[in-house]
Amino acid sequence: MTSPISLIRKDRSDPWRSHWPLIPAVVWLTAFFFVPLLLILAISFASRGLYGGVEWRFSAENYAMIVDPLYLWIYLRSFLLAAATTMVCLLFGFPLAYYMARLAPRWQGVWILLIIIPFWTNFLVRTYAWMFILRGEGLLNSVLLAMGAIDAPLDILYTNTAVLIGLVYGYLPFMVLPLYAAIARLDRSLVEAAWDLYAGRWSVFRRVIVPLTKPGVIAGCLLVFIPAMGAFITPDLLGGARTMMVGNLVQHEYLVIRDWPFGSAISFVLIATVLIGVTAYLSSGHRFDEWERSR
Amino acid sequence: MRRLGVLAALSMGNLAFLYVPIVVLVVFSFNASRLSAAWTGFTTDWYLQLATDASLRAAVKNSLIVAVVSTAIAAALGVAAAVGLDHPAVRRRRLIEGAMLLPLLVPEVTLGVALMLFFVTIRVPLSLVTVTLGHAAFNLPVVMVIVQARLRKMDPGLVEAAYDLGASPWQAFRRVTLPLLAPAIAGGVLMAFTISLDDFIVTFFTGGPGSTTLPLKVYSMIKSGLSPEINALSAVLVVLSMALVALAAMLQRDKTRRP
Repeated sequence: MTSPISLIRKDRSDPWRSHWPLIPAVVWLTAFFFVPLLLILAISFASRGLYGGVEWRFSAENYAMIVDPLYLWIYLRSFLLAAATTMVCLLFGFPLAYYMARLAPRWQGVWILLIIIPFWTNFLVRTYAWMFILRGEGLLNSVLLAMGAIDAPLDILYTNTAVLIGLVYGYLPFMVLPLYAAIARLDRSLVEAAWDLYAGRWSVFRRVIVPLTKPGVIAGCLLVFIPAMGAFITPDLLGGARTMMVGNLVQHEYLVIRDWPFGSAISFVLIATVLIGVTAYLSSGHRFDEWERSR
Repeated sequence: MRRLGVLAALSMGNLAFLYVPIVVLVVFSFNASRLSAAWTGFTTDWYLQLATDASLRAAVKNSLIVAVVSTAIAAALGVAAAVGLDHPAVRRRRLIEGAMLLPLLVPEVTLGVALMLFFVTIRVPLSLVTVTLGHAAFNLPVVMVIVQARLRKMDPGLVEAAYDLGASPWQAFRRVTLPLLAPAIAGGVLMAFTISLDDFIVTFFTGGPGSTTLPLKVYSMIKSGLSPEINALSAVLVVLSMALVALAAMLQRDKTRRP
């Protein structure tokens, strides 16, 4: 008769027993994520059918089409808007995160909650709020006109400025939370040591605080840049025909033009752009789980 | 100290930036005027109109069905995946983990169109079912990440002790691991539920006729022109999400009280 101990050993070394909990999740993600993603890649090399659909005839034309200045310009605009959003969020977010990290622990919790609440509020609703404020006969213009600051209503809605405001508003919490996590972990004695060594305010910031909080800064920038680059709702509601971003182009090609192969090519380039950014970050020496932890 | 004063002012400015639009939205949901941004009097008419809107009720029902079912799937598979990945015998852990987190990294628009192409290609009609399958796919890694964070902090000696006392792997999981993971699972479920309720993009691409969820309804209302009903609906959603955040914060507090 086998002893209970040997039974346990058998259970624990049996690879099937240890792996099986992973299998349902892997199967699910394969079916509803990896296969659809590969399908995009496959269709991006196919041709457009006569009435929309897909004709399985190899063609690299779709990728050649992206180089058209019309589409390149949309890519460039998305990149610039996403980069500007990231910079503004960093500029706004760093002082806020630093302030939060310096508060008494009790108050830190309150502020985190205050940052998280808008982040949990429906994105459409938050974007709609800016439509309500920025539109021609909206609140901002009414207030400015009443104060006599302007003579005619400002046309902010449906411009790049409106899209930028909406993106910063939507993604600011993504920047603040990892920054806060990094600054809260910062060893205060190192900052004090710098003061003791007669470092100026600027050198303390540049040579001590920035290098020590760099992982948080990079994580925050990625967390803002990735969704901003692929934004759809913000440019769709706050932008107009002249502020189209890649996300809108993808939707337009699939649902309006019904050119699935070209839409797939655009999607694939977008995915590749984002993944190259993440890979660059990972290979810069930061561990993946460190990034995950700071989220 | 003056330095902190400047920081405090900047931080308050940030907070105002985050909250003024939301407050404006809620305040103007009580404005009597249908068109102007000027205050013309207090009314609750817009809320009454929402309450009698049958299509809105249908949208809420659809949203809840999708959120409950997709969160249940994501929770079951996500918790299992986190536990499976945590086992020392798993090879190529980093690779598997990275691959499973990919749905959180690719832009949502591309996830939406990928799922749409997939369902159309295998000839599954787009409906509430396809929406739910898609939601479960992007919520699975959400639950997994949150549970993993908790597993890493857990003392492996506790499970070892259960094995030493003759527990089967299932018993060890059911009686030791699961109770210790409960707060993280609750947090993950709440997060997944909220993300599913709020999702517009994946639903937009994978939904078909009759699968209008609340965000889709809000979107079509916005697209057909600004109206105070949208303000009222927004205010309701804002209050709901605040309630969810409060619930999450309470769960968090319970976790720290646990011995």
